[in-house]
Amino acid sequence: MIAIIDYKAGNLTSVRLAFEALGVPARITQNAAEIRAADRVVFPGVGAAGSAMRNIRELALAEVIRETVSSGKPFLGICLGTQIILESSEEDGGTPCLGVVQGSVKRFQPTDRRDKVPQMGWNSVAIRQPHPVFAGIADHSEFYFVHSYYPAPARAADILGETEYAGVRFASAIGLRNLVATQFHPEKSGRIGLRLLDNFIRWDGTPPAGGKGAAC
Amino acid sequence: MLTRRIIPCLDIHNRKVTKGVKFQNNIVLGDPVEMAARYADEGCDELVFYDITASAEGRPIDIEMVRAVAHAIRIPFAVGGGISSMDDMSRVLLAGAEKVSVNSLAVRNPGIIAEGARQFGAQCIVLGMDPVANPDRTRFPSGYEITVKGFRERTGMDAVEWARRAVDLGAGEIVVNSVDADGTRQGFELTLTRLIADAVPVPVVASGGAGCPQHLAEAFTQGHADAAIIAGMIHTGDYTIPQIKQWLTGAGIPVRQKW
Repeated sequence: MIAIIDYKAGNLTSVRLAFEALGVPARITQNAAEIRAADRVVFPGVGAAGSAMRNIRELALAEVIRETVSSGKPFLGICLGTQIILESSEEDGGTPCLGVVQGSVKRFQPTDRRDKVPQMGWNSVAIRQPHPVFAGIADHSEFYFVHSYYPAPARAADILGETEYAGVRFASAIGLRNLVATQFHPEKSGRIGLRLLDNFIRWDGTPPAGGKGAAC
Repeated sequence: MLTRRIIPCLDIHNRKVTKGVKFQNNIVLGDPVEMAARYADEGCDELVFYDITASAEGRPIDIEMVRAVAHAIRIPFAVGGGISSMDDMSRVLLAGAEKVSVNSLAVRNPGIIAEGARQFGAQCIVLGMDPVANPDRTRFPSGYEITVKGFRERTGMDAVEWARRAVDLGAGEIVVNSVDADGTRQGFELTLTRLIADAVPVPVVASGGAGCPQHLAEAFTQGHADAAIIAGMIHTGDYTIPQIKQWLTGAGIPVRQKW
Protein backbone atom coordinates (compact mmCIF):
# COMPACT_ATOMS: atom_id res chain seq x y z
CA MET A 1 0.00 0.00 0.00
CA ILE A 2 1.12 3.49 -0.88
CA ALA A 3 0.19 6.26 1.54
CA ILE A 4 -0.37 9.70 0.01
CA ILE A 5 -0.02 12.18 2.84
CA ASP A 6 -2.94 14.60 2.99
CA TYR A 7 -2.07 17.74 4.91
CA LYS A 8 -4.83 19.80 3.30
CA ALA A 9 -2.41 21.22 0.73
CA GLY A 10 -4.40 21.02 -2.43
CA ASN A 11 -5.94 18.42 -4.55
CA LEU A 12 -4.45 14.95 -4.39
CA THR A 13 -6.84 13.25 -6.79
CA SER A 14 -4.47 13.19 -9.74
CA VAL A 15 -1.73 11.60 -7.62
CA ARG A 16 -4.09 8.84 -6.56
CA LEU A 17 -5.39 8.37 -10.13
CA ALA A 18 -1.84 8.02 -11.48
CA PHE A 19 -1.06 5.17 -9.06
CA GLU A 20 -4.43 3.63 -9.89
CA ALA A 21 -3.48 3.75 -13.57
CA LEU A 22 -0.39 1.72 -12.62
CA GLY A 23 -2.59 -0.80 -10.84
CA VAL A 24 -1.26 -0.02 -7.37
CA PRO A 25 -3.59 0.81 -4.50
CA ALA A 26 -2.88 4.20 -2.99
CA ARG A 27 -4.59 5.77 -0.04
CA ILE A 28 -4.93 9.48 0.68
CA THR A 29 -4.50 9.78 4.42
CA GLN A 30 -3.87 12.11 7.37
CA ASN A 31 -3.48 9.20 9.74
CA ALA A 32 0.02 8.64 11.20
CA ALA A 33 -0.61 4.93 11.84
CA GLU A 34 -1.63 4.41 8.22
CA ILE A 35 1.44 6.28 7.03
CA ARG A 36 3.66 4.13 9.26
CA ALA A 37 2.01 0.96 7.96
CA ALA A 38 2.49 1.86 4.29
CA ASP A 39 5.19 0.26 2.13
CA ARG A 40 6.00 3.58 0.54
CA VAL A 41 4.96 7.14 1.12
CA VAL A 42 4.18 10.03 -1.21
CA PHE A 43 4.31 13.59 0.09
CA PRO A 44 2.63 15.81 -2.52
CA GLY A 45 0.89 19.18 -2.25
CA VAL A 46 0.31 22.50 -3.90
CA GLY A 47 -0.23 25.87 -2.27
CA ALA A 48 1.79 27.97 0.14
CA ALA A 49 4.54 26.85 2.51
CA GLY A 50 3.18 28.82 5.49
CA SER A 51 -0.23 27.21 5.58
CA ALA A 52 1.25 23.82 4.67
CA MET A 53 3.56 23.88 7.70
CA ARG A 54 0.69 25.10 9.87
CA ASN A 55 -1.44 22.17 8.73
CA ILE A 56 1.39 19.73 9.34
CA ARG A 57 1.69 21.03 12.89
CA GLU A 58 -2.07 20.89 13.48
CA LEU A 59 -2.28 17.36 12.13
CA ALA A 60 0.88 16.39 14.06
CA LEU A 61 2.46 14.90 10.93
CA ALA A 62 6.02 16.25 11.17
CA GLU A 63 7.25 13.39 13.29
CA VAL A 64 5.83 10.62 11.11
CA ILE A 65 7.28 12.30 8.02
CA ARG A 66 10.78 12.48 9.57
CA GLU A 67 10.39 8.96 10.86
CA THR A 68 9.42 7.65 7.41
CA VAL A 69 12.39 9.34 5.81
CA SER A 70 14.80 7.81 8.33
CA SER A 71 13.10 4.40 8.18
CA GLY A 72 14.56 3.60 4.77
CA LYS A 73 11.10 3.26 3.22
CA PRO A 74 10.83 4.71 -0.32
CA PHE A 75 9.64 8.29 0.04
CA LEU A 76 8.57 10.58 -2.81
CA GLY A 77 8.06 14.33 -2.43
CA ILE A 78 6.19 16.26 -5.11
CA CYS A 79 6.04 20.04 -5.67
CA LEU A 80 5.18 21.76 -2.36
CA GLY A 81 5.93 18.47 -0.58
CA THR A 82 9.44 18.68 -2.00
CA GLN A 83 9.88 22.30 -0.96
CA ILE A 84 8.89 21.82 2.65
CA ILE A 85 11.29 18.93 3.25
CA LEU A 86 14.06 21.52 3.03
CA GLU A 87 15.04 23.63 6.03
CA SER A 88 13.22 26.85 5.18
CA SER A 89 11.28 28.69 2.50
CA GLU A 90 11.23 32.36 1.54
CA GLU A 91 7.47 32.05 1.11
CA ASP A 92 5.04 33.78 3.51
CA GLY A 93 7.73 36.05 4.91
CA GLY A 94 10.08 33.17 5.70
CA THR A 95 8.80 29.79 6.83
CA PRO A 96 10.79 27.22 8.82
CA CYS A 97 10.23 23.82 7.20
CA LEU A 98 10.89 20.16 8.01
CA GLY A 99 14.64 20.19 7.42
CA VAL A 100 14.89 16.62 6.14
CA VAL A 101 17.14 17.87 3.33
CA GLN A 102 19.67 20.66 3.87
CA GLY A 103 18.95 23.85 1.98
CA SER A 104 16.26 26.42 1.38
CA VAL A 105 13.47 27.38 -1.01
CA LYS A 106 13.68 30.61 -3.00
CA ARG A 107 11.32 32.67 -5.10
CA PHE A 108 11.83 33.14 -8.84
CA GLN A 109 12.96 36.74 -9.48
CA PRO A 110 12.68 37.09 -13.25
CA THR A 111 14.52 39.95 -14.89
CA ASP A 112 12.84 39.28 -18.23
CA ARG A 113 9.15 40.19 -18.10
CA ARG A 114 8.37 37.36 -20.47
CA ASP A 115 9.27 34.89 -17.68
CA LYS A 116 6.00 34.59 -15.82
CA VAL A 117 5.60 33.51 -12.21
CA PRO A 118 4.34 30.88 -11.56
CA GLN A 119 6.37 28.84 -14.00
CA MET A 120 3.51 26.89 -15.53
CA GLY A 121 4.03 24.21 -18.15
CA TRP A 122 6.52 21.66 -19.47
CA ASN A 123 10.22 22.11 -18.91
CA SER A 124 13.12 19.72 -19.32
CA VAL A 125 15.08 18.02 -16.58
CA ALA A 126 18.83 17.51 -17.01
CA ILE A 127 19.67 14.35 -15.11
CA ARG A 128 22.75 15.00 -12.96
CA GLN A 129 22.96 11.60 -11.29
CA PRO A 130 21.53 8.28 -12.43
CA HIS A 131 18.85 6.99 -10.09
CA PRO A 132 16.43 4.04 -10.20
CA VAL A 133 13.45 6.44 -10.54
CA PHE A 134 14.91 7.72 -13.82
CA ALA A 135 15.24 4.23 -15.33
CA GLY A 136 14.18 4.31 -18.97
CA ILE A 137 13.70 8.09 -18.91
CA ALA A 138 15.85 10.02 -21.36
CA ASP A 139 18.00 12.90 -20.20
CA HIS A 140 16.25 16.25 -20.81
CA SER A 141 12.79 14.71 -20.81
CA GLU A 142 10.05 17.24 -20.18
CA PHE A 143 7.85 17.28 -17.10
CA TYR A 144 4.94 19.46 -15.97
CA PHE A 145 5.76 22.26 -13.51
CA VAL A 146 3.58 24.73 -11.60
CA HIS A 147 5.47 26.77 -9.00
CA SER A 148 6.66 30.21 -7.95
CA TYR A 149 9.40 29.01 -5.57
CA TYR A 150 12.20 26.51 -6.18
CA PRO A 151 14.29 24.21 -4.02
CA ALA A 152 17.95 25.09 -3.44
CA PRO A 153 19.57 22.14 -1.66
CA ALA A 154 22.77 23.02 0.19
CA ARG A 155 24.68 19.97 -1.04
CA ALA A 156 25.29 19.30 -4.71
CA ALA A 157 25.32 15.58 -3.88
CA ASP A 158 21.57 15.76 -3.17
CA ILE A 159 20.71 17.09 -6.65
CA LEU A 160 19.44 14.43 -9.07
CA GLY A 161 18.17 16.70 -11.81
CA GLU A 162 18.22 20.37 -12.79
CA THR A 163 15.93 22.68 -14.74
CA GLU A 164 16.39 26.21 -16.00
CA TYR A 165 13.82 28.95 -15.61
CA ALA A 166 13.76 32.71 -15.09
CA GLY A 167 17.53 32.98 -15.16
CA VAL A 168 18.23 30.26 -12.59
CA ARG A 169 19.20 26.62 -12.79
CA PHE A 170 17.43 24.91 -9.93
CA ALA A 171 17.21 21.43 -8.45
CA SER A 172 14.07 19.97 -10.01
CA ALA A 173 14.82 16.52 -8.58
CA ILE A 174 16.44 15.74 -5.24
CA GLY A 175 17.66 12.39 -3.94
CA LEU A 176 18.94 11.45 -0.52
CA ARG A 177 19.11 7.78 0.50
CA ASN A 178 15.51 6.47 0.38
CA LEU A 179 14.08 9.89 -0.46
CA VAL A 180 13.35 11.23 -3.92
CA ALA A 181 11.65 14.57 -4.39
CA THR A 182 10.63 16.38 -7.54
CA GLN A 183 9.58 19.98 -8.08
CA PHE A 184 7.62 18.85 -11.14
CA HIS A 185 4.42 16.81 -11.10
CA PRO A 186 5.12 13.28 -12.36
CA GLU A 187 1.41 12.50 -11.95
CA LYS A 188 0.57 15.15 -14.57
CA SER A 189 3.54 14.54 -16.84
CA GLY A 190 2.00 12.06 -19.25
CA ARG A 191 3.65 8.75 -20.06
CA ILE A 192 7.11 9.86 -18.93
CA GLY A 193 5.79 10.98 -15.56
CA LEU A 194 3.93 7.71 -15.18
CA ARG A 195 7.18 5.88 -15.91
CA LEU A 196 8.85 7.75 -13.05
CA LEU A 197 6.03 6.75 -10.70
CA ASP A 198 6.23 3.17 -11.94
CA ASN A 199 9.98 3.22 -11.23
CA PHE A 200 9.24 4.57 -7.77
CA ILE A 201 6.85 1.74 -6.90
CA ARG A 202 9.49 -0.80 -8.01
CA TRP A 203 12.29 0.87 -6.08
CA ASP A 204 13.25 -0.62 -2.70
CA GLY A 205 14.64 2.64 -1.35
CA THR A 206 18.30 1.73 -1.80
CA PRO A 207 20.26 4.63 -3.27
CA PRO A 208 22.06 3.89 -6.55
CA ALA A 209 25.51 2.33 -6.45
CA GLY A 210 28.17 4.86 -5.63
CA GLY A 211 26.22 5.47 -2.47
CA LYS A 212 26.46 9.24 -2.54
CA GLY A 213 23.42 9.32 -0.29
CA ALA A 214 25.24 7.48 2.46
CA ALA A 215 27.59 10.25 3.47
CA CYS A 216 25.83 12.70 5.75
CA MET B 1 13.66 25.82 -21.25
CA LEU B 2 9.99 26.23 -20.50
CA THR B 3 8.09 25.22 -23.63
CA ARG B 4 5.07 27.00 -25.09
CA ARG B 5 1.90 25.06 -24.40
CA ILE B 6 -0.60 23.92 -27.01
CA ILE B 7 -4.04 23.43 -25.53
CA PRO B 8 -6.90 21.86 -27.50
CA CYS B 9 -10.25 23.22 -26.42
CA LEU B 10 -13.26 20.93 -26.29
CA ASP B 11 -16.63 22.67 -26.24
CA ILE B 12 -19.10 20.35 -24.58
CA HIS B 13 -22.79 20.25 -25.32
CA ASN B 14 -24.91 17.42 -23.96
CA ARG B 15 -21.83 15.33 -23.23
CA LYS B 16 -20.51 15.66 -26.79
CA VAL B 17 -17.70 17.77 -28.19
CA THR B 18 -19.18 20.38 -30.50
CA LYS B 19 -17.87 23.19 -32.62
CA GLY B 20 -19.68 26.33 -33.63
CA VAL B 21 -18.80 29.83 -34.70
CA LYS B 22 -19.86 32.42 -32.15
CA PHE B 23 -22.23 29.96 -30.54
CA GLN B 24 -24.06 29.26 -33.80
CA ASN B 25 -24.39 26.05 -35.83
CA ASN B 26 -23.06 23.63 -33.29
CA ILE B 27 -22.03 20.36 -34.87
CA VAL B 28 -21.14 17.21 -32.94
CA LEU B 29 -17.47 16.24 -33.28
CA GLY B 30 -17.16 13.28 -30.96
CA ASP B 31 -16.91 11.87 -27.48
CA PRO B 32 -15.05 14.10 -25.00
CA VAL B 33 -13.15 11.31 -23.22
CA GLU B 34 -12.05 9.66 -26.47
CA MET B 35 -10.98 12.95 -27.99
CA ALA B 36 -9.11 13.98 -24.83
CA ALA B 37 -7.25 10.66 -24.76
CA ARG B 38 -6.38 10.94 -28.44
CA TYR B 39 -5.05 14.49 -28.16
CA ALA B 40 -3.08 13.59 -25.03
CA ASP B 41 -1.54 10.65 -26.93
CA GLU B 42 -0.67 12.93 -29.81
CA GLY B 43 1.26 15.20 -27.46
CA CYS B 44 -0.96 18.13 -26.55
CA ASP B 45 0.34 19.81 -23.40
CA GLU B 46 -2.94 20.44 -21.62
CA LEU B 47 -6.66 20.42 -22.40
CA VAL B 48 -9.57 22.69 -21.65
CA PHE B 49 -13.26 21.78 -21.50
CA TYR B 50 -15.84 24.52 -21.74
CA ASP B 51 -19.49 24.62 -20.81
CA ILE B 52 -19.37 21.25 -19.33
CA THR B 53 -22.99 21.20 -18.26
CA ALA B 54 -25.08 18.08 -18.44
CA SER B 55 -27.42 19.91 -20.78
CA ALA B 56 -27.71 23.17 -22.65
CA GLU B 57 -30.21 24.47 -20.10
CA GLY B 58 -27.49 25.20 -17.60
CA ARG B 59 -28.07 22.23 -15.35
CA PRO B 60 -25.24 21.28 -12.99
CA ILE B 61 -21.69 20.56 -14.04
CA ASP B 62 -21.27 17.11 -15.53
CA ILE B 63 -18.98 15.83 -12.80
CA GLU B 64 -19.05 12.27 -14.11
CA MET B 65 -17.53 13.50 -17.32
CA VAL B 66 -14.76 15.31 -15.43
CA ARG B 67 -14.05 12.08 -13.56
CA ALA B 68 -13.97 10.05 -16.76
CA VAL B 69 -11.51 12.49 -18.33
CA ALA B 70 -9.32 12.46 -15.21
CA HIS B 71 -9.17 8.66 -15.39
CA ALA B 72 -8.32 8.68 -19.07
CA ILE B 73 -5.47 11.22 -19.27
CA ARG B 74 -2.30 11.98 -17.29
CA ILE B 75 -1.84 15.60 -18.34
CA PRO B 76 -3.39 18.71 -16.80
CA PHE B 77 -6.83 19.89 -17.86
CA ALA B 78 -9.02 22.86 -17.04
CA VAL B 79 -12.78 23.05 -16.84
CA GLY B 80 -14.78 26.19 -17.48
CA GLY B 81 -18.10 27.50 -18.54
CA GLY B 82 -20.39 25.82 -16.06
CA ILE B 83 -18.75 26.95 -12.81
CA SER B 84 -21.23 28.94 -10.77
CA SER B 85 -20.07 28.59 -7.17
CA MET B 86 -17.24 27.63 -4.83
CA ASP B 87 -18.98 24.30 -4.50
CA ASP B 88 -18.73 23.73 -8.27
CA MET B 89 -15.03 24.63 -8.17
CA SER B 90 -14.41 22.21 -5.38
CA ARG B 91 -16.24 19.34 -7.07
CA VAL B 92 -14.47 19.86 -10.40
CA LEU B 93 -11.01 20.00 -8.79
CA LEU B 94 -11.64 17.00 -6.55
CA ALA B 95 -12.81 15.05 -9.60
CA GLY B 96 -9.29 15.47 -10.98
CA ALA B 97 -9.21 18.73 -12.97
CA GLU B 98 -6.04 20.77 -12.57
CA LYS B 99 -7.73 24.15 -12.93
CA VAL B 100 -11.08 25.84 -13.13
CA SER B 101 -11.76 28.71 -15.45
CA VAL B 102 -14.16 31.44 -14.38
CA ASN B 103 -15.46 34.11 -16.70
CA SER B 104 -18.97 35.60 -16.30
CA LEU B 105 -19.04 34.41 -12.71
CA ALA B 106 -15.91 36.42 -11.89
CA VAL B 107 -17.34 39.55 -13.53
CA ARG B 108 -20.49 39.23 -11.41
CA ASN B 109 -18.58 38.29 -8.30
CA PRO B 110 -14.84 39.09 -8.44
CA GLY B 111 -14.49 37.85 -4.86
CA ILE B 112 -14.82 34.28 -6.15
CA ILE B 113 -11.29 34.59 -7.59
CA ALA B 114 -9.86 35.48 -4.20
CA GLU B 115 -11.89 32.85 -2.44
CA GLY B 116 -10.90 30.17 -4.96
CA ALA B 117 -7.22 31.13 -4.82
CA ARG B 118 -7.27 31.06 -1.02
CA GLN B 119 -8.92 27.69 -0.85
CA PHE B 120 -7.25 25.86 -3.76
CA GLY B 121 -4.20 27.94 -4.68
CA ALA B 122 -3.84 30.61 -7.35
CA GLN B 123 -2.47 28.06 -9.85
CA CYS B 124 -5.94 26.44 -9.92
CA ILE B 125 -7.83 29.61 -10.74
CA VAL B 126 -7.90 30.70 -14.37
CA LEU B 127 -9.64 33.86 -15.43
CA GLY B 128 -11.26 33.50 -18.82
CA MET B 129 -12.09 36.77 -20.55
CA ASP B 130 -13.92 37.61 -23.77
CA PRO B 131 -12.83 41.12 -24.79
CA VAL B 132 -14.19 42.93 -27.84
CA ALA B 133 -12.58 45.93 -29.53
CA ASN B 134 -14.10 49.22 -28.37
CA PRO B 135 -12.62 52.44 -29.76
CA ASP B 136 -13.96 54.59 -26.88
CA ARG B 137 -10.55 55.20 -25.30
CA THR B 138 -11.86 57.39 -22.52
CA ARG B 139 -13.90 54.52 -21.15
CA PHE B 140 -11.62 51.74 -22.41
CA PRO B 141 -7.97 52.84 -22.28
CA SER B 142 -6.80 49.49 -23.68
CA GLY B 143 -9.27 49.70 -26.57
CA TYR B 144 -11.00 46.50 -25.47
CA GLU B 145 -14.15 45.95 -23.45
CA ILE B 146 -15.01 42.78 -21.52
CA THR B 147 -18.14 40.94 -22.66
CA VAL B 148 -19.93 38.08 -20.89
CA LYS B 149 -22.55 35.43 -21.53
CA GLY B 150 -21.06 34.16 -24.73
CA PHE B 151 -20.26 37.67 -26.02
CA ARG B 152 -23.90 38.74 -25.75
CA GLU B 153 -23.49 41.24 -22.94
CA ARG B 154 -21.07 44.14 -22.61
CA THR B 155 -19.82 44.95 -19.12
CA GLY B 156 -18.31 48.45 -19.38
CA MET B 157 -15.04 47.00 -18.01
CA ASP B 158 -11.66 47.66 -19.61
CA ALA B 159 -9.84 44.43 -20.54
CA VAL B 160 -6.40 45.37 -19.18
CA GLU B 161 -7.80 46.82 -15.97
CA TRP B 162 -9.82 43.67 -15.42
CA ALA B 163 -6.82 41.44 -16.07
CA ARG B 164 -4.70 43.33 -13.53
CA ARG B 165 -7.46 43.29 -10.96
CA ALA B 166 -8.06 39.56 -11.40
CA VAL B 167 -4.37 38.84 -10.86
CA ASP B 168 -4.38 41.03 -7.74
CA LEU B 169 -7.32 38.97 -6.51
CA GLY B 170 -5.43 35.74 -7.11
CA ALA B 171 -5.95 34.51 -10.68
CA GLY B 172 -2.98 32.29 -11.61
CA GLU B 173 -3.49 32.43 -15.37
CA ILE B 174 -5.54 34.38 -17.90
CA VAL B 175 -7.15 33.03 -21.05
CA VAL B 176 -7.72 35.86 -23.51
CA ASN B 177 -10.43 34.83 -25.94
CA SER B 178 -10.96 37.40 -28.65
CA VAL B 179 -14.61 37.88 -29.52
CA ASP B 180 -13.69 39.24 -32.93
CA ALA B 181 -11.33 36.41 -33.85
CA ASP B 182 -13.25 33.53 -32.26
CA GLY B 183 -14.10 30.82 -34.75
CA THR B 184 -12.69 32.69 -37.74
CA ARG B 185 -9.49 30.61 -38.05
CA GLN B 186 -7.87 33.78 -39.40
CA GLY B 187 -5.33 34.10 -36.59
CA PHE B 188 -5.28 35.23 -32.97
CA GLU B 189 -5.91 38.87 -32.13
CA LEU B 190 -2.28 39.64 -31.44
CA THR B 191 -2.59 43.24 -30.25
CA LEU B 192 -5.08 42.22 -27.60
CA THR B 193 -3.08 39.16 -26.52
CA ARG B 194 0.10 41.18 -26.17
CA LEU B 195 -1.63 43.98 -24.24
CA ILE B 196 -2.80 41.51 -21.61
CA ALA B 197 0.39 39.40 -21.61
CA ASP B 198 2.55 42.47 -21.02
CA ALA B 199 0.23 43.82 -18.33
CA VAL B 200 0.25 40.86 -15.93
CA PRO B 201 2.97 38.76 -14.27
CA VAL B 202 1.06 35.46 -14.66
CA PRO B 203 0.91 33.24 -17.78
CA VAL B 204 -1.44 34.31 -20.56
CA VAL B 205 -3.17 31.94 -22.97
CA ALA B 206 -4.16 33.16 -26.46
CA SER B 207 -7.56 31.95 -27.59
CA GLY B 208 -9.79 32.44 -30.61
CA GLY B 209 -8.78 32.42 -34.24
CA ALA B 210 -6.20 29.61 -34.57
CA GLY B 211 -6.28 28.25 -38.12
CA CYS B 212 -2.72 27.11 -38.89
CA PRO B 213 0.63 26.61 -37.12
CA GLN B 214 1.82 30.04 -38.22
CA HIS B 215 -0.96 31.59 -36.12
CA LEU B 216 0.40 29.84 -33.02
CA ALA B 217 3.91 31.06 -33.76
CA GLU B 218 2.54 34.61 -34.00
CA ALA B 219 0.70 34.26 -30.69
CA PHE B 220 3.97 33.28 -28.98
CA THR B 221 6.30 35.77 -30.68
CA GLN B 222 4.15 38.84 -31.41
CA GLY B 223 1.37 38.15 -28.92
CA HIS B 224 3.76 37.26 -26.05
CA ALA B 225 1.45 34.38 -25.09
CA ASP B 226 2.70 31.54 -22.91
CA ALA B 227 0.20 29.08 -24.34
CA ALA B 228 -2.33 28.91 -27.16
CA ILE B 229 -5.72 27.31 -27.44
CA ILE B 230 -6.63 25.51 -30.63
CA ALA B 231 -9.91 23.94 -31.67
CA GLY B 232 -11.26 23.80 -35.22
CA MET B 233 -7.88 23.35 -36.89
CA ILE B 234 -7.36 19.99 -35.19
CA HIS B 235 -10.98 18.92 -34.67
CA THR B 236 -11.55 18.94 -38.42
CA GLY B 237 -8.36 16.95 -39.05
CA ASP B 238 -6.74 19.77 -41.03
CA TYR B 239 -3.73 19.50 -38.72
CA THR B 240 -2.46 17.06 -36.12
CA ILE B 241 -0.65 18.08 -32.95
CA PRO B 242 2.64 16.47 -34.06
CA GLN B 243 2.43 18.44 -37.33
CA ILE B 244 1.86 21.67 -35.42
CA LYS B 245 4.75 20.94 -33.06
CA GLN B 246 7.06 20.04 -35.89
CA TRP B 247 6.23 23.28 -37.68
CA LEU B 248 6.73 25.35 -34.50
CA THR B 249 10.05 23.63 -33.80
CA GLY B 250 11.16 24.57 -37.32
CA ALA B 251 10.13 28.15 -36.60
CA GLY B 252 12.32 28.19 -33.48
CA ILE B 253 9.48 28.04 -30.95
CA PRO B 254 10.26 25.79 -27.97
CA VAL B 255 7.61 23.06 -27.69
CA ARG B 256 7.52 19.76 -25.82
CA GLN B 257 9.29 17.19 -27.96
CA LYS B 258 8.84 13.83 -26.24
CA TRP B 259 5.79 12.32 -24.63
